[in-house]
Amino acid sequence: MSGKPKLTYFNGRGRMESIRWLLAAAGVEFEEDFLETREQYLKLIQDGHLLFDQVPLVEIDGMKMVQTKAILSYIAGKHNLYGKGLKERAFIDTYVEGTTDLMQMILTLPFSPPEAKKKNLPLIIEKAKNRYFPAYEKALKQHGQGFLVGNQLSWADVHLLEAILMVEEKESTVLSEFPLLQGFKTRISNMATIKKFLQPGSQRKPQPDDKYVATVMKILKEG
Amino acid sequence: MELTELESSLREQAIRTSLMAGKPKLYYFNGRGRMESVRWLLAAAGIEFVEEFLETREQYEKLLQDGALLFQQVPMVEIDGMKMVQTRAILGYIAAKHNLYGKNLKERALIDMYVEGTRDLMDLIRVHHKFSSEEQEKNLALINERATARYFPVYEKVLKDHGTEFLVGNQLTWADVQLIEAILMVEEKVSTILSKFPLLQDFKTRMCNIPTIKKFLQPGSQRKPPPDESYVVTANRVFNRK
Repeated sequence: MSGKPKLTYFNGRGRMESIRWLLAAAGVEFEEDFLETREQYLKLIQDGHLLFDQVPLVEIDGMKMVQTKAILSYIAGKHNLYGKGLKERAFIDTYVEGTTDLMQMILTLPFSPPEAKKKNLPLIIEKAKNRYFPAYEKALKQHGQGFLVGNQLSWADVHLLEAILMVEEKESTVLSEFPLLQGFKTRISNMATIKKFLQPGSQRKPQPDDKYVATVMKILKEG
Repeated sequence: MELTELESSLREQAIRTSLMAGKPKLYYFNGRGRMESVRWLLAAAGIEFVEEFLETREQYEKLLQDGALLFQQVPMVEIDGMKMVQTRAILGYIAAKHNLYGKNLKERALIDMYVEGTRDLMDLIRVHHKFSSEEQEKNLALINERATARYFPVYEKVLKDHGTEFLVGNQLTWADVQLIEAILMVEEKVSTILSKFPLLQDFKTRMCNIPTIKKFLQPGSQRKPPPDESYVVTANRVFNRK
């Protein structure tokens, strides 16, 4: 089915998950091609599909896009999720950089050695509670609308919800001191497209397991 | 009307202050780090800026207390009434404001991809000085490999296929500025890095001759030198790192 964006990545969250979230929130249907073997990956490189030899890869509007941030910006820009004007964009960009930093810590956790994992998880939770969530709680308070920026859903809101749920999977009470974020989570989760994405059977991926980690390492031949 | 010397100098000061009020103000260490790409982009756009250098922990804590750092981190740039943090957000704002972000969504997409690539390459070098000398040897090999096998071939091909003087469209963009920054940074580590990339060599010459960039490359500009011992010591002190 041409016309739909096609996502090439491992069958798991990783760096592609934010893209799945954003497309889903925008109500855009997409297809997925899962990397399962190193041969598939090497063929993509040989055929010149991966600009920097890396995935995520998203084929969209005749482009073979790589680099997660670039892909997300394009989707946001195309689907009216990037605010109205330069300053709203600036706010959205700043907020998504923060949630990216937070989610990146969790994303890389399964790939670190066991002692590092044990040590780093509490640090991540601490950062969420002391650095990131206070910033977004304050942003919601000061802005006084249901959304982080402007008066409609933007990429920043989708990314924040994704981050909240991701941290909650690690520590379920992490939002206990953040009433506005609790309200935000409920509201945004109930938006039709997002509600659909959060239901079983959607293209949302589960948390990474050992099998996923092993597959990724085998395909990228790391370690 | 005749002004006394005092009135004159007060008037001068007032003018200077109000002129400075329009200029972006950069808060960071007195060194490259993550702020250097911001200096490059402002300079290339011909925008004058002022800098406040973090030297003590007290300065940093005051910024935190004043709520100036959204995520408790620098770089921070005061610009157009905003206290912007997150390097990429700052660069995106400057690029869009100063007509360095292409002419439409697709040009933006290309620029975004290209700057992410040069960002990844420069990040390898940005952290280089933090490593032990043994690790630095390995990192240098990685920088060399990535530059010659992953990144520079891509930009060489883009220049070849695109056929204008620039990476995107037919005028200077953020992608070009970040690429010249990356090229010079890698050359400081491996001076012959462009030997197999003739189009990048031409690109480098052209870019370095653009008046605003030429000026930035001259001694006395706000361009910072590569990191040395004292830079590491200062950063550790400000951030209370052991």
